Amino acid sequence: MDEIVRFENVGLRYGAGIETLADLNFTLFPGSFYFLTGASGAGKTSLLKLLYLSQRPSRGVIRLFGEDAVTMPRERLPGFRRRIGVVFQDFRLVPHLSAFDNIALPLRVAGVREKDLETPVTEMLDWVGLGDRSSARPATLSGGEQQRVAIARAVIGRPEILVADEPTGNVDPEMAIRLLQLFEALNTLGTTIVVATHDIHLLSKVPGAQMMRLEKGMLADPTGSLRHPPRPKDQRQ
Amino acid sequence: MFKLFAIPAHDRRLIPEGRLSGPMPWVIAIMIFLTVLAAAAGLAMTRAIGDVSDELSSRATVQIIEANPEIRNRQAAAAAERLRALPLIEEVRVLPPDEIEALIEPWLGSQDLAGDIPLPALIDLRLVRVPTEAEYQSLRRALQPVAAGARVEPSSGYIVPVIALVQSLQWIAFGLVGLLALATAAAVIISARSALNTHNETIAVVHLLGGTDQQISRLFQRRIALDALLGGLIGLVGGTAIIWLISIQLTALGSGLVQSVGLDWWSWLIIAAIPILGMFLAMVTARLTVIGALKKIL
Repeated sequence: MDEIVRFENVGLRYGAGIETLADLNFTLFPGSFYFLTGASGAGKTSLLKLLYLSQRPSRGVIRLFGEDAVTMPRERLPGFRRRIGVVFQDFRLVPHLSAFDNIALPLRVAGVREKDLETPVTEMLDWVGLGDRSSARPATLSGGEQQRVAIARAVIGRPEILVADEPTGNVDPEMAIRLLQLFEALNTLGTTIVVATHDIHLLSKVPGAQMMRLEKGMLADPTGSLRHPPRPKDQRQ
Repeated sequence: MFKLFAIPAHDRRLIPEGRLSGPMPWVIAIMIFLTVLAAAAGLAMTRAIGDVSDELSSRATVQIIEANPEIRNRQAAAAAERLRALPLIEEVRVLPPDEIEALIEPWLGSQDLAGDIPLPALIDLRLVRVPTEAEYQSLRRALQPVAAGARVEPSSGYIVPVIALVQSLQWIAFGLVGLLALATAAAVIISARSALNTHNETIAVVHLLGGTDQQISRLFQRRIALDALLGGLIGLVGGTAIIWLISIQLTALGSGLVQSVGLDWWSWLIIAAIPILGMFLAMVTARLTVIGALKKIL
């Protein structure tokens, strides 16, 4: 596959207001690592919503895994969503489920048998440093712990694309580096990573990553003009 | 149905189920209680109409109206003799005077009426089949020579207005069953929408993780079906207790149409099935409501 995501003249408008996103043209390639930056209100979360199929654009074409995601029948969306891992900005953990059950949720939704999910979920809990909090409910976890559960839930199903909205916003710098290392490890295994962040210090932590910057709903390069789309890994300088 | 209840415990935890903790089971219990009473009334009236119609449609009464008691008795005896010889007649019974007085006692009191009012002689006929109007005419002609003033009336004629009234009540009862079913469905729709609102965030997350509408609706179906079954059983127990008490009181009332009011075994089967039918109604309503609501979101 040459590309995993392609946006062509994509615009998004909520209700009758002005366009939150406008004229987005870019392509994401399999196995690449992207940072999406921009000021608050620039449209980062809206762009991610289009990526993880929570919204359809008001105009333009989005091709996802080689298929048109805009006209795709609603019944086919669950199958595509299972190929995308999402770390929500507000975590969106199910409050009455334990950390274990929250992390296991994508596997159960996908129909994985109980005996087959015990080991990966336990390993994931250990990896994010919550091995001893597996039965804790989100309300009893700190913000950083909740964020780690959210990240573990997003990556447990080995998604083809991982979309993360401010994934390190609530963790200490050491944990932030560990989480980025997890994302890099996944990236090495072939997962395309898209991380939205306003923390420019993170960008230097992943040397091979490319950057997309949003300004007032439009894609711009760091100098302020509209940026060129990211290139495949083998064409990077 | 079995698949519905075979949802694993960890999936059921997604939408917490609290038995008897919300209003839903109690609303269903009241609905099923009223449905059981309305259905029992409708079924009992159906049976009563059937029994009374069967009993009376092959019976007739001969009235001999004659002021002179001697002539009246002579005519009654001759008429009975003539009727016994007819092939259409299975049984002839001349009602004794004290039985006739007992029949009119509720209206005219228990004084010695025979001396004051010229009561007609009554002959009760059981016929071999339900006669046609022509056969009634031939009966009247057969009695003309022995009792010129004799009237032959089908017994069902007396009770036609009562049967019409009971039939109206029967349809009202079944209409109530239908309205209660609609009200139950409406209560389920409100409950399902409320549950959807309560668990809106969980549903959104499950959707975004790749959950299908069917996976989500099964959780609500199960929860609401169990609420409905539990409430239905409570309503059934309450309704059955009331029916039992009423049947005791009806039995104590005595004879006539009232004594025919009762439930046979298939009526009890229908009543026992009401909670199950209520559960299926709730389940289907919940499924349609939830899937309809989910289709409105991406």
